[in-house]
Amino acid sequence: MNNTQIVQKSLKKRYAKERRFKIYGVFSIIVSLAFLLFLLVDIVLKSTPAFTQTYIKLDIDFSYKVLNIDPKPNYTKDELFKSSYRNLISKALYQLFPDVSSRKQKRALRKLISSGAQYHLRDLVIERPQLIGTSQSVWVLADDDIDTFFKGLIDRNLPEADRRIKDIQITWIDKLQSKDRIKRQFNASFLTSGDSREPEQAGILGALKGSLYTMLVTLLLSFPIGVAAAVYLEEFAPKNNWWIDVIEVNINNLAAVPSIVFGILGLAVYINLFGVPRSAPLAGGLVLSLMTLPTIIIATRAAIKSVPPSIREAALGLGASKIQVITHHVLPLAMPGILTGSIIGMAQALGESAPLLMIGMVAFVADIPQGFFDPSTVLPVQIYIWSDSPERAFIALTSAAIIVLLIFLFLMNLLAVLLRNKFETKW
Amino acid sequence: MNNNDIELNQQLGKTVGNPLVDGIPRMSCQSVDVFYNQDLQAIFNVSVDLAKNQILAMIGPSGCGKSTLLRCLNRMNDTIDGCIVTGKIYLDNEDIYTSNIDPVLLRAKVGMVFQKPNPFPKSIYDNVAYGPRLHGLMTNNSELDDIVEESLTKAGLWKETKDRLNKPGTGLSGGQQQRLCIARTIAVKPEVILMDEPTSALDPIATATIEELMYELKSSYTIAVVTHSMQQAARISDRCAYFHLGRLVEVNDTNIVFTNPEHGLTENYITGRFG
Repeated sequence: MNNTQIVQKSLKKRYAKERRFKIYGVFSIIVSLAFLLFLLVDIVLKSTPAFTQTYIKLDIDFSYKVLNIDPKPNYTKDELFKSSYRNLISKALYQLFPDVSSRKQKRALRKLISSGAQYHLRDLVIERPQLIGTSQSVWVLADDDIDTFFKGLIDRNLPEADRRIKDIQITWIDKLQSKDRIKRQFNASFLTSGDSREPEQAGILGALKGSLYTMLVTLLLSFPIGVAAAVYLEEFAPKNNWWIDVIEVNINNLAAVPSIVFGILGLAVYINLFGVPRSAPLAGGLVLSLMTLPTIIIATRAAIKSVPPSIREAALGLGASKIQVITHHVLPLAMPGILTGSIIGMAQALGESAPLLMIGMVAFVADIPQGFFDPSTVLPVQIYIWSDSPERAFIALTSAAIIVLLIFLFLMNLLAVLLRNKFETKW
Repeated sequence: MNNNDIELNQQLGKTVGNPLVDGIPRMSCQSVDVFYNQDLQAIFNVSVDLAKNQILAMIGPSGCGKSTLLRCLNRMNDTIDGCIVTGKIYLDNEDIYTSNIDPVLLRAKVGMVFQKPNPFPKSIYDNVAYGPRLHGLMTNNSELDDIVEESLTKAGLWKETKDRLNKPGTGLSGGQQQRLCIARTIAVKPEVILMDEPTSALDPIATATIEELMYELKSSYTIAVVTHSMQQAARISDRCAYFHLGRLVEVNDTNIVFTNPEHGLTENYITGRFG
């Protein structure tokens, strides 16, 4: 057997090995895609109920008597604020179902409508005081149990004791439906309101803004500090110096520290020592910066290292000073790598909830934060809070919040990719 | 010291030939020693002059210290940690290693062209304009345009690139890139140009172009060139220095070095017995 024959014999085996490896690769890609797809489809399907809301049409009589105010040409906002709007709804409901008489049934009837509906009416009256004294048809928000039933998520054939909605309420709903007084509508308040204990009133905006402010603080702190630290370590720090080595080892170790430890550190240092407001995006951003810094420093150092030395030499040879070499050549060429590292760090920070639990961002916050010092929560913590809530409608809200978080993440990544393409230079 | 070292030291001994030039040299090295990390000496007691408007070729086997010496002439070795230079190097009778000479200013006067063409990943125009912009050598844009055109013309690249000044410098061929680097260097109007094996990455035709260019540049600049090609050294240089293991063995007019070398090592090298 000569060499050609030996090689030929082994060729078949070698090609088979290559094919096998290809198949493994394709298989693993398919499996991971399938998992991802399953996850996304599951989240989207679970979240769809959250994007619509059930409304009931009531004929509201904005009479002076029920509102308990005297007729006059002008009202102060305070006067209108103090009136009882709950009675308007109860009156309209009793009118709609005149045969309901017992106290128990009346209570069940009032429960058709969300507790938030009265505030909607109040805002309506404050905005348009001329409504007082007139009678109007108004679509008001239904209670979350009614909403869940109307969306078909509660089986009416279950025994009454096993479901959160009574038989008599079902007959009322059927009646409302036959009169076209009940409908589903896009849930705009999900995107415009803060958290609530009532799922039909709960919105994501508070957590979204909280995340936005927290991310801004994180970015503004960790990006410049991280890049500056990396530039110093890579370009200026003396080589073979023991304390630089200590710093380096520590930075690498910090990247692997469990994030909750940063939360405890933040609690002890920022809140207890420096008095940063608890639950505020400022505190959250400070803690997440600690977590993001090592990632950015490590990525930036790698990016700076990968800038060809010939470019530095060329600039130095022309008489550029060290800082000119860095700002004119090294940083622009390293920028794509720096951005990639930063976005990985920021994405990690965006999805982080454990360290924020330690500094009080897990608190129930109904108000939408207006700045860096207002108490707020962030998207992953909001998801955690909702997933832990007992009402059935929170299941859909949890999934919807996950979608919002994913979109936030996607937009952040998109921005990074666009910036990276802008800075990318070919040589 | 073992026997080999003693023998080598006897062989290397003092520089033979003619290290000094008549008149005032543009640059002058006197008893230069270079150490890397204290224990490793790369250059031993080298003294050599660079005459005005002449080309000094530095030849020798790999690792003989010729590039190290070249990089001392514009203090590029400052950027290497642990590199120590002793002795004196003068530029126009001024010691460049005294503390009152700024290396940035020095590098504006002593430009450098590297082994591998290294244009910036910017346009051809910006490559040439980088130095003048850095030092503020122009007052307005049309002046900068003039500098760019003049530099590219001197580097023999104007005709090829005048229509594509905004295209990336990295899109040129290897030879063109090296000429772009030369244009970039002369745009700062240096007094001395150091070239570290400028043609080793180029094909023969591009090499010939660069050699012609060096010959023309000689009239305005003083040039020191490190080369591995003895033919190149013989063709272009006025004076030639032969280095061996960190010592300057022989330096003299090029025709003398190549036709009648004084030192045995030089003869061995130029006749191709080693190196």
